[in-house]
Amino acid sequence: MINVDGLTKDYGSRRAIENLTFEAQQGEVVGFLGPNGAGKTTTMRILTGYMPPTSGGAKVAGYDVMTESLDVRRRVGYLPETVPLYPDMTVFDYLKFMADLRHLPNADDMVDDALELVGMTDRAEGYIGALSKGMRQRIGLAQALLHKPEVLILDEPTIGLDPAQVVEVRNVIREIGKERTVLLSTHILSEAQALCDRVLIINKGHIVAEDSPENLQARLTGAERSILRVKGDADDLAPKIARIAGVQRAAARPDGSVEFQFAPGHDVRPLVARAVIESGYDLLELSPIGMSLEEIFLELTREDKKEM
Amino acid sequence: MRNIWTIARREYKHYFISPIAYIVALAVLLVIGIYFVIVLYYQANQALMYGATAPDISIVVGPMATIFLFATPALTMRLLADEQRMGTLELLLTAPVRDGELVIGKWLGAFLFVLTIIAVTLVYPIVLNKLSSPGIDQGIMIAGYLAITLIVACFLALGTAMSSFFSNQFAAFFATLAILLVFWWLIRLPTYIIPSGFFNSLFTYLDLNGRFGSMLGGTIALSDIIYPLSLTTLGLLLGTVAVEIRRWR
Repeated sequence: MINVDGLTKDYGSRRAIENLTFEAQQGEVVGFLGPNGAGKTTTMRILTGYMPPTSGGAKVAGYDVMTESLDVRRRVGYLPETVPLYPDMTVFDYLKFMADLRHLPNADDMVDDALELVGMTDRAEGYIGALSKGMRQRIGLAQALLHKPEVLILDEPTIGLDPAQVVEVRNVIREIGKERTVLLSTHILSEAQALCDRVLIINKGHIVAEDSPENLQARLTGAERSILRVKGDADDLAPKIARIAGVQRAAARPDGSVEFQFAPGHDVRPLVARAVIESGYDLLELSPIGMSLEEIFLELTREDKKEM
Repeated sequence: MRNIWTIARREYKHYFISPIAYIVALAVLLVIGIYFVIVLYYQANQALMYGATAPDISIVVGPMATIFLFATPALTMRLLADEQRMGTLELLLTAPVRDGELVIGKWLGAFLFVLTIIAVTLVYPIVLNKLSSPGIDQGIMIAGYLAITLIVACFLALGTAMSSFFSNQFAAFFATLAILLVFWWLIRLPTYIIPSGFFNSLFTYLDLNGRFGSMLGGTIALSDIIYPLSLTTLGLLLGTVAVEIRRWR
């Protein structure tokens, strides 16, 4: 649904993105992850037909963003970073205006549907200027969902929402992502982890990694890690664990727990559990610790710095 | 076409909740009202002393052009500049709307609002018609209103273009005012000093005020209509180009 091929964009002498290539399939939620200024918004603006690329090309829903811009725009729902709202219009009038611009046949019903989807039906007659930031964000999302687009492009969709609203909006996105293509940008890593089938990590205009959140973890750590906690003092436990076949490394942590590593696919946790019990300890906790996207992210961007 | 209408309708409605639009409408109507009363009184006095001169509609339409010279930049300054400031331009430029449709729609909304103000001033010819006998010259009235309509269309198109060039409303206002002053007033000045010939007739042709004046007299030449229409088209074209340029920046 989204095919990006060698996309480059210069702002004057500053290169915002360079030779970006990626794809997104139907029914896929793709996360665009990167620090501020990495080129996320620029890429999205090119994909939505807001601005042309300097070189390279992109197709959205089968249409070229340069030569068939209007066809692309008809099929894309876009929520820009600064939510584009008219404060002096009512919520309903605003959405009706957008529905009219999109030539929707039963505009009133479509507006009602979109409002229901974001849970704002009761504020339809209220003025946008009187809404809270979270509500505005949801109206912006309603605007993007209005025409039930094939491709949804969301720039930081959950920014400014309270935790309950974040959960709601994520549920909406996940629901839409089952049938349609969603490309969303975020710099909140847990969000990418929670929402996306695939994550593109972008830094300084380049894609530095592209994979599912799980695979990214496994690929970068090269080992699975677990944590072990027992009742009482466990000072002499770490050496015992280290001797178990398959354990690569075991070390006591300052809080009294023990962290150990083993090769992916060779789960030694049953052996470890048995060893703990047999040694006379009371096992309290035995759980895996994944490398968080935060760590992956820092890892990748740090490597990037080294290259430079 | 439909998109133009959608945008124009929103813009037209917006004027009715905008304080600037009310101030402009009030200023236009108030000034013309005062002017009308005073001139009518003066003409009536003159008529008593020196015999009747037929009153005509130029006492309403004439000053209207001067007021709109200052009023229309205030009405057009926010059209696109404000969209840029609020970030809603991104919404419109990613909606399935052509850049030209956006600019024309914005202009049309402002044009319809000014036409509404102009429509209110139609009470003056009605009053004038009642006061004078055998009534006012209908032909001159129609010519006068056609002239003012063409002139504001042109003013608004140039204003829309400036609003599209600038992200700042005040920059758009003063740029529009400057351009209008050139076409309304300054462009005639060279004709006083250069000998008659090609350039003299060119500047005479380009003088909007002159065109307006001859239409007010009741004679409408084809070029009197074509010239303001061309300027209007040029303004809308420039506005569209400016939007296009924004995309590339």
